[in-house]
Amino acid sequence: MVKVRVNGVDHSYDGDPAMPLLWYLRDELRLTGTKFGCGMSLCGACTVHKDGVAVRSCITPMSAVDGVEITTVEGLGAGGLHPVQKAWMQINVPQCGYCQSGQMMQASSLLKTKKNPTDEDIDAAMSGNICRCGTYQRIRAAVKAAAREMA
Amino acid sequence: MSTIENVSRRGFLKGVVSAGAFVLSVRYLPESLHAEGLPGNARVDHSTFHPGIFLGIEPDGTVYIVAHRSEMGTTSRTSLPLILADELEADWKRVKLEQALGDERYGSQNTDGSHSIREFYEPMRKAGATARLMLTRAAANQWKVSPDECKADLHTIVHTPTGRRVGYGELAAAAAKLPVPKAEDLKFKPKSAWRYIGKGSPSYDLPQVVTGKAVYGMDARMDGMVYASIERPPVLGAKVKSFDDRDALKVAGVSQTVSVEPFQGPWGFQPLGGVAVIANNTWAAFQGRKKLRVEWENGPNAGYNSDPYRKELQEKSRTPGKVARNHGDVDSGFASGGKIIEADYYVPHLAHAAMEPLVAVAEFRNGKVTAWAPTQNPQAVQETVAKACGITKDDVICHVTLLGGGFGRKSKPDYVAEAAVLSKKVGRPVKVVWTREDDIRFDFYHSVAAVYMKAAVDSAGKPTAWLQRTVFPPILSMNNPNEDHAADFELGMGMTDVPFDIPNLRVENGAANAHVRIGWLRSVSNIYHAFAVQTFADELAHAAKRDPVDYMLELIGPSRIVDMAGVANPNYGGNYEQYPNDTGRLRKVLEIAAEKSGWGKRKFAKGAGMGIAVHRSFLTYVANVVEVQVSDDGTVHIPRVETVVDAGLITNPETARSQFEGAAVFGTSIALSGSITATNGAIDQSNFNNYPVARMREAPVRTNVHLVESDAPPAGIGEPGVPPFIPALCNAIFAATGKRVRELPLSKAKLD
Repeated sequence: MVKVRVNGVDHSYDGDPAMPLLWYLRDELRLTGTKFGCGMSLCGACTVHKDGVAVRSCITPMSAVDGVEITTVEGLGAGGLHPVQKAWMQINVPQCGYCQSGQMMQASSLLKTKKNPTDEDIDAAMSGNICRCGTYQRIRAAVKAAAREMA
Repeated sequence: MSTIENVSRRGFLKGVVSAGAFVLSVRYLPESLHAEGLPGNARVDHSTFHPGIFLGIEPDGTVYIVAHRSEMGTTSRTSLPLILADELEADWKRVKLEQALGDERYGSQNTDGSHSIREFYEPMRKAGATARLMLTRAAANQWKVSPDECKADLHTIVHTPTGRRVGYGELAAAAAKLPVPKAEDLKFKPKSAWRYIGKGSPSYDLPQVVTGKAVYGMDARMDGMVYASIERPPVLGAKVKSFDDRDALKVAGVSQTVSVEPFQGPWGFQPLGGVAVIANNTWAAFQGRKKLRVEWENGPNAGYNSDPYRKELQEKSRTPGKVARNHGDVDSGFASGGKIIEADYYVPHLAHAAMEPLVAVAEFRNGKVTAWAPTQNPQAVQETVAKACGITKDDVICHVTLLGGGFGRKSKPDYVAEAAVLSKKVGRPVKVVWTREDDIRFDFYHSVAAVYMKAAVDSAGKPTAWLQRTVFPPILSMNNPNEDHAADFELGMGMTDVPFDIPNLRVENGAANAHVRIGWLRSVSNIYHAFAVQTFADELAHAAKRDPVDYMLELIGPSRIVDMAGVANPNYGGNYEQYPNDTGRLRKVLEIAAEKSGWGKRKFAKGAGMGIAVHRSFLTYVANVVEVQVSDDGTVHIPRVETVVDAGLITNPETARSQFEGAAVFGTSIALSGSITATNGAIDQSNFNNYPVARMREAPVRTNVHLVESDAPPAGIGEPGVPPFIPALCNAIFAATGKRVRELPLSKAKLD
């Protein structure tokens, strides 16, 4: 039995412990903001926070989330929009938007450890997240804008 | 021409607007289609433009606008209703969008070819102006004054002499009873009064996207649905010989396996066939599928291997082909002395690889299908599903979700037909989820192409004779597998429409057969044609020791309309009088790009440089200057791109800028690493590890987009940024390193 807290709500799971967290979130909890993109930790669309740190939910088995706290995009801005979400809107980052949950979860994780990230910090943190529409330059600008708001 | 009728009582927006609401229907039929009547037939992707739209106004003042085109990131869904809202003089904050079902009464819903705004700009304005006039007349009737004394002002009608006002909502019921005004009575707002056109608005869906609430195809759900993952034939046309599902059925959550029939006749958009694993969640379906053991009976396409095929194409490109455009006498030009320069260019297959893998949910019940899908073309869903299930297309209801990218792949609805066929067999709603591996292995690939270029140049290095020959397996092989020559629309993308001022010029097309499914991908044949033509022009400039910009301007020649007399000229479906190939506009974007980039005025360190290219596609003129730094190990860094765009009137400039920023990244992916290859008919690539696309590190650091102010009619935005970017990048690499790129991707070239 896996006990996991998702966006502040406690859940227990007794299915296949090898099932990735991604599919538990999407198919069982119906939290579909977390996206499936590659299934191999190559694209970052499935990024969530595990105890506050960005992880790829597509390769995180349920057995690895017992007793941890998971935050998805639906829980990112508890009580309003997170500064990253505000910056994403203000700079008009998304095109199709499919990868952007993962991008924002990655960016908000980065901003926890780097309050004032440089271009190099942003490239290093964000290059695991693919955006096929090509919104990277706006993502970079939005990360900086969110950092300013959080300062 | 268009006709508008008052359909308030006919329930088109049933469930969306209440009884008593004011609902207008607009139908717009291009003149060309009247002769043949309404084609409810195939070829939806290349011909039919008979758009329509519905709008409704509620008594509470809410304006509903039906978005009948699909949203995949270009903001078609937002920008078209924005045009209508502007002409209606509506308050955008009080507008609600409703996504249309697939339905031919809306006209073409096929959201590709960069033509949403182009084709629907006028119908949208007409719809808005018609409704505005009816509301004005309703107010005038109420006040017993002349409508000439009344005007619309942000969701209200004002009686100018007295300042009295009445809201659109209060007028809705009265307006609904009025006859529809004649087209000649409509008065359009002057440009100075536009609220939204040319100013734009962020995507209507932006708040839902950033909070994870937006519904994509991957997020659609139907009550009682099961999940399916399909093992498809690795070779096009292969069939299941036998399969063993014993281990698959042992996976917890897997309930059954089901055969999917292979396509009959030309593959078109039909499912490929295979064996489906049905389960109670996505993961279980994937796991069960891994345990399936299938033996295939491969057909003739198992002989398809990319290396020998490439040699075939290149040999073909060196032998005479079918002439597609000819003026002057090229052969005499080549024979009459002067220096001959020739070059071969090659671009491999590409996969679309949208971030959202293909997915669809469908339920077959009582002879009818209801589907939810991220589709660019819901009417093709209706046709394809109907054929696969043996029902009529009127019995297929297709809901359109948001698309997690499309790039042309999601206008081919094989994946929706799979869900419908499986639901019919299983007796429950079925969600078919493609893995990334499926998405890359079972694509409709961008065509591999070989292009041969040859020129005779005079002592000043100027071409006196010019031959360009393109060879690639054509898209229409999907309708006829033996089709081996390009369609006019493919040649019209950068080959027959070449805008150069050269006395002797010939364009040819050689034969090539398809062995995988070929389909259109963002900017289509322009990718390899612009790469070849714009690189070759740069080669000639350097051979003549000329500045590439000056040389290109000379090649383009004086400002004029390119004479296409006697040449098949599809012109992207645009009327050539309305949308001519205007070299003045082409020159202008080139000159602005040179100026913005500081062309000719900057010094670069070793391994750095700039390249330029210019190309018209989808009726839009685009020039790129790309700046590169190539490091000693051959890594390409792109610090800056200048993109200059003349797309006529632009409705939504900010989202248009985004499209051109994105096009530079899409072009970077193609140039740096895009390559799909086949071995014994099966695709070698499978995921982002072996089909890499540009990440933040590789992407251009800064793309500056300059939109040329223009009153020309609206043209394409989504695609035309891709074609010139690639040769501009490769020309920059030549400037930086002296290494000429004639084959993509760059990962195959030796730049270190």
